[in-house]
Amino acid sequence: MSTFKQHSVLPGFNLALGFTLLYLSLVVLIPLSAAFIYSAKLTWPEFWNAVTAPRVVASYRLTFGASFAAAAVNAFFGLLVAWVLVRYPFPGKRLVDALIDLPFALPTSVAGITLTAIYAGNGWLGQYLEPLGIKVAFTPLGVFVALTFIGLPFVVRTVQPVLEDIEKELEEAAAMLGATRWQTFRYIIFPAVLPALTTGFALAFARAIGEYGSVIFIAGNIPMVSEITPLLIITKLEQYDYAGATAIAVVMLVISFILLLIINLLQWWVRHRSTKA
Amino acid sequence: MKFNLWLSAGLLTFILASSGQALADQTLLNVSYDPTRELYQEFNRAFIRYWQEKTGEKVSVRQSHGGSGKQARAVIDGVPADVVTLALAYDIDAISKQSGLVPPEWQDRLPNNSSPYVSTIVLLVRKDNPKGISDWDDLIKPGITVMTPNPKTSGGARWNYLAAWSFALKKYNGDEAKTRDFLSRLYKNAPILDSGARGSAINFIRHGMGDVLISWENEAFLALKEYGPEQFEIIIPSISILAEPPVTIVTKNADKHGTHTIAQAYLEYLYSKEGQDIAARNFYRPSDPDIARKYTHQFPEINLLTVDEVFGGWQKAQSIHFSDGGLFDKIYVNQ
Repeated sequence: MSTFKQHSVLPGFNLALGFTLLYLSLVVLIPLSAAFIYSAKLTWPEFWNAVTAPRVVASYRLTFGASFAAAAVNAFFGLLVAWVLVRYPFPGKRLVDALIDLPFALPTSVAGITLTAIYAGNGWLGQYLEPLGIKVAFTPLGVFVALTFIGLPFVVRTVQPVLEDIEKELEEAAAMLGATRWQTFRYIIFPAVLPALTTGFALAFARAIGEYGSVIFIAGNIPMVSEITPLLIITKLEQYDYAGATAIAVVMLVISFILLLIINLLQWWVRHRSTKA
Repeated sequence: MKFNLWLSAGLLTFILASSGQALADQTLLNVSYDPTRELYQEFNRAFIRYWQEKTGEKVSVRQSHGGSGKQARAVIDGVPADVVTLALAYDIDAISKQSGLVPPEWQDRLPNNSSPYVSTIVLLVRKDNPKGISDWDDLIKPGITVMTPNPKTSGGARWNYLAAWSFALKKYNGDEAKTRDFLSRLYKNAPILDSGARGSAINFIRHGMGDVLISWENEAFLALKEYGPEQFEIIIPSISILAEPPVTIVTKNADKHGTHTIAQAYLEYLYSKEGQDIAARNFYRPSDPDIARKYTHQFPEINLLTVDEVFGGWQKAQSIHFSDGGLFDKIYVNQ
């Protein structure tokens, strides 16, 4: 206790920590531990069979693969969008800024139905893509498109304030010292936004893994091809197999937790290195 | 079930809070499935009138709709339903087995296996039937796109699958290998397996996808009513399945709420002339012979097989065809 206290300058540390732990327990830990306890109804071989069935494994590949790809694409384009929004004045900027949040606000099923209508073979975009041999709706590519759609605001909204805070003088100084534009970006701006960018990436990634509503309409749900893991959980529930459903959920939880932990460590490492330098 | 307590508590508070204004009268909660929304809106009004005339008591009926399996799970998890009116006997069996709220022999408590109205599975095609679809055989032809949801998540999709299976089994004189092959070819023609029947219907009707929609008969009629016969046609296949959506009292809940008598009357009223007429108006096939005669122009004669005679009951059909590792999974996993 005393080692905790010696750093604390602000009053009320114990009370605040108590509330934090209570709140976290109520909102996060208790429901999550219920999932673990529920899946413990299965024997170990049953659990293993439930979570390694070929259909389930195919769905992990799709869910985690598409989520990762979508978050990566969002990290790149989200940075670009944030950059444009922060650095360049242009007409309609506020409107564009507001548009970014739309995927947050739109009910996910509405997003799903809309994306499906657009990318289906006879939809606005689908009718031009299909002759080129690109099928989006009802394929894994459609899953990726939906996950990209819902993930964009996470990256933009985490990177934007950091970019706004970077002082222009830093860039000017770099230019004065003879840095090229690329060097300014590479050594001045990029290191400063990298922690925020990884946060945005992690948020977009985490959201995509759990996404159900917007994906389910565009995925096509073909076994072994375009079934996402949350759909298989619903499938199990539909058979009143609560234990099987929570078993898959537990696997998702563990994988997600490990991935997020790695991303957080990476972020910590990046931040640590950049403050040292 | 203990760990669903959190969920139940949440739902319960919600429902209690929302029913606060109706506490003065007798209140019934009818937990039903998706396509019955219009049917029960009309039926509830009729029943409320009937009950007041008969007993002078004011009753209010609240409705809840959703996917049949989801609704059954909600009841298991504690939604205080007095009666359930679901799509499959299997779902009420699950309520009985998982929660004990309904006795196991529930299906014998009301006439016709507790199904006051029945329905079946038909084929909906585009106007003038451009692909010339007249029966189940045509669905496995190359180049036909079939719209049907995923049987693992949709009760309606299970009926679709069983109807096609019944047809093929008859066609191949009971040869199961050939029947399986038929189903496998049918699902090769189904590029999208929506998670629910409504999703498939939207893709077919609104987005113009697919050549044929395998659909509940009542939903097909609704599509005709809403979009007009100048857009779609109903094709009645030579053989289909008799879908018996069952109703029952959730005994323990009704006893606790003191609503047993009125719940019983509510369900029995579904079998009355008026109840049957309302069902027929909402495109469910009535079981009462008089009312059925009145609506013969609406419901063409069709060779309907039951789940019991072809599959030996829902429990068996579910475990052989739709459980994990069952026949439906094999269609895909072995490809």
